[in-house]
Amino acid sequence: MDRTEQILKNFQQLNRDSLIPILQAVQDEYGYISDDVLERIGEHLKLPASKVYGLATFYSQFTFTPKGKYHIKVCSGSACHIDHAASIIKELKKQLGIGDGETTRDGMFSLEVVACIGACGQSPVIEINNEYFPKMRANRLKDVLEDIRAKHR
Amino acid sequence: MPEELHHTSLRELIPEFVEKPVNEYSQELNEVLTSLRRLELSKPLVMVGMNTSGRIAGGDKVLQVVKSYLADRSIDADIEETGAIGLGSEEPLISIQLPGRTRVIFSNVSADEVPIILDDVFHHTIPGEKLLGQFRNDRLDAWPDVPFLDELAFFAKQRRVLLKQNGIIDPFSIEEYMAHGGYRAFLRTIRYHTFDEICVMVEESGLRGRSGSGFLTGKKWMKARQTPAEQKYLICNAEESDPGAFMDRALMEGNPHQLIEGISIASYAIGATRAYIYIRSEYIDSIRKLSAAIERAREFGFLGHNIFNSGFNLDISIRKGPGAFVCGEETALIASMEGKRGMPQSKPPYPSERGFHKRPTVVNNVETLCNVPHIIANGAEWYREIGIGDCTGTKIFSVSGRARTRGLIEIPMGTSLEVLIEEIVGGARQGHTLKAVHIGGPYGCILPAGKLDIPVCYETFSREGAILGAGGILVLDEKTCIVDLVKYFMDFMKQQSCGKCIPCREGTKRMSEMLNEITRKPLYEDQHDTLEKFRGLMQLEKLADVMRDTSLCGLGQLAANPLVSSLRYFREEFEEHIFDRHCKPNVCRELRTYYIDVELCTGCTICAKRCPEDAIIGTEKHPYFIVSDKCTGCGICKEVCKFSAVFYN
Repeated sequence: MDRTEQILKNFQQLNRDSLIPILQAVQDEYGYISDDVLERIGEHLKLPASKVYGLATFYSQFTFTPKGKYHIKVCSGSACHIDHAASIIKELKKQLGIGDGETTRDGMFSLEVVACIGACGQSPVIEINNEYFPKMRANRLKDVLEDIRAKHR
Repeated sequence: MPEELHHTSLRELIPEFVEKPVNEYSQELNEVLTSLRRLELSKPLVMVGMNTSGRIAGGDKVLQVVKSYLADRSIDADIEETGAIGLGSEEPLISIQLPGRTRVIFSNVSADEVPIILDDVFHHTIPGEKLLGQFRNDRLDAWPDVPFLDELAFFAKQRRVLLKQNGIIDPFSIEEYMAHGGYRAFLRTIRYHTFDEICVMVEESGLRGRSGSGFLTGKKWMKARQTPAEQKYLICNAEESDPGAFMDRALMEGNPHQLIEGISIASYAIGATRAYIYIRSEYIDSIRKLSAAIERAREFGFLGHNIFNSGFNLDISIRKGPGAFVCGEETALIASMEGKRGMPQSKPPYPSERGFHKRPTVVNNVETLCNVPHIIANGAEWYREIGIGDCTGTKIFSVSGRARTRGLIEIPMGTSLEVLIEEIVGGARQGHTLKAVHIGGPYGCILPAGKLDIPVCYETFSREGAILGAGGILVLDEKTCIVDLVKYFMDFMKQQSCGKCIPCREGTKRMSEMLNEITRKPLYEDQHDTLEKFRGLMQLEKLADVMRDTSLCGLGQLAANPLVSSLRYFREEFEEHIFDRHCKPNVCRELRTYYIDVELCTGCTICAKRCPEDAIIGTEKHPYFIVSDKCTGCGICKEVCKFSAVFYN
């Protein structure tokens, strides 16, 4: 809980304007927003937790489950879509056994389908922990995942 | 040359830089500017395109190799990280300038090719492979037999005003921006012009909102200017969330000071002392560069309290958008800044009268604001001459999809779309034919290849039922399915609808359902149902009208655009999906009909066991058979078959 207090200390302006920046700081720090922290933020800003939750669920940046050690983002922008991003998503779901926004049971991988990474010249693109894989193909995914798993064996 | 040296000298020369006409600059100032413009180099300069898309393409590795190459051979050279020149599909890009020679640029460079290229260039030979061209500069010696960039088809018909310095200057250097005339317009504005003069000048220039609305920027400013309030705000809308649009990001990453200057002038014109940049939190690199730019501008005294004794105060801060497509709409954006759910409000009152914290607020898009310094520096007349009629200036398009060249293109308004697609972009990828062009983001229209002879301009586009939008262009070839694409955009809109007004929330949902229905194989459906389905699709046009007339914001009003335009131009493709259950480009997976080759099937039973619909029948050790009525086209049988005996039509 110390880390949360540290974040809240940086936001002394106690009005609604600070709510989103606080949530963003918490999301960056923990990788997700837990129920406890969410309630604490409400307390700090004198807002009901329901309001904080209602706001947080509206925006796609905020997540409520911990991410995996390797967070995989798949671009599903229009350029990636016509270059068969759908089959990449399908293949990843099959390989990992999880859906969009979920984390594998061993906590290794989590999957997120995002609107546009913005590398439309290099479509389709996936991103794993800030490392980019341009011009991806569904049949190359297995090797990519296998390489990561091998590192941890 | 050490940067610190210019830092002090250019700063000291600011009064002269601002007050004197450019042709009367002293020799001292000219020398400083020349060296900052990289016209005189004392040692070689290597530049690597390190914008986000360049990094994704492998720019990081290239930069690393360049650094170790120079260190290993102890070559004294400068390395600079630049922004995007606009050739997204040719990245990573690396350019090299030797003292006295023009700058040469190489494309599609992989890390292991870097030493070979550098070896050659340092020995004064230009390798032909990977060579893109050289920058034109009359004051430097040109390389023989190397094409000039402005002669390449991609650049020849472009007119670069906003993108001119992109990929050429160091985005972190305020001096380099100033050496190309930067901040002069702003400093002259606060010294010599009144608020109203600037509003009038921008209105006369005919600059219109570049995010799609096409509203006169000067008019918006004047409204906010004339509304009395003790505090006014300017918000730069950098929530660029159209898939396939990346021009704003390129402007912020390649030349952040241009935007800061535009914001400063706009804030002065409306009398705002606080400005915000509302930016997508995903744009990490843009945020980093803008923060650095704001910091540098503050150091130079271009921001802060009583700027250059003009009595004008301005502070710019960055707000990260937490991610919602609808926040690109100005009232939703303001709600989000106030810490609420990003839902649009009904207008009027417009934000220019009553916006952020109920005070007059002007919300302008990045590209719009980047135009402002150029208008002030060159005059409204100059700006009006670019473009046609009421559409003045240039527009940047981001081209993606199945185009031969993908990237950023800046052309004067009024240029034909055909020139843009056929000549600049080069049509579809090699070996493919151009089928259609989707323009204007997720609420844009799909225009067939034969219909491209229209000038790029707000009026002509709306006459064709199309919109310019933010300027995202998706090029489609024969391998793309229009129905699938429309379904994709409708699903996107359904997800992004904020849910406040009913026509948008329910309308997008119904449309998405309908489209999903026709791209799926019917189970137990007779002819009558098929006709009903087609009638339903036709009724979507009526629903589209209702949504356009009654939705609260642009998202709902325009959501049906892709569907309506493709029904107009590609009706036969919809009919084919509904009546023949066939998708010619083979994109709609669920319409595929699978069959088993009796010669190859060994009767191993694995497909029959795995089929979720029990659609595969047969006896063990004999060829199996797929009952097409039961098959949903999931493709599992094809995946599991060890003998590659499953095929689809």
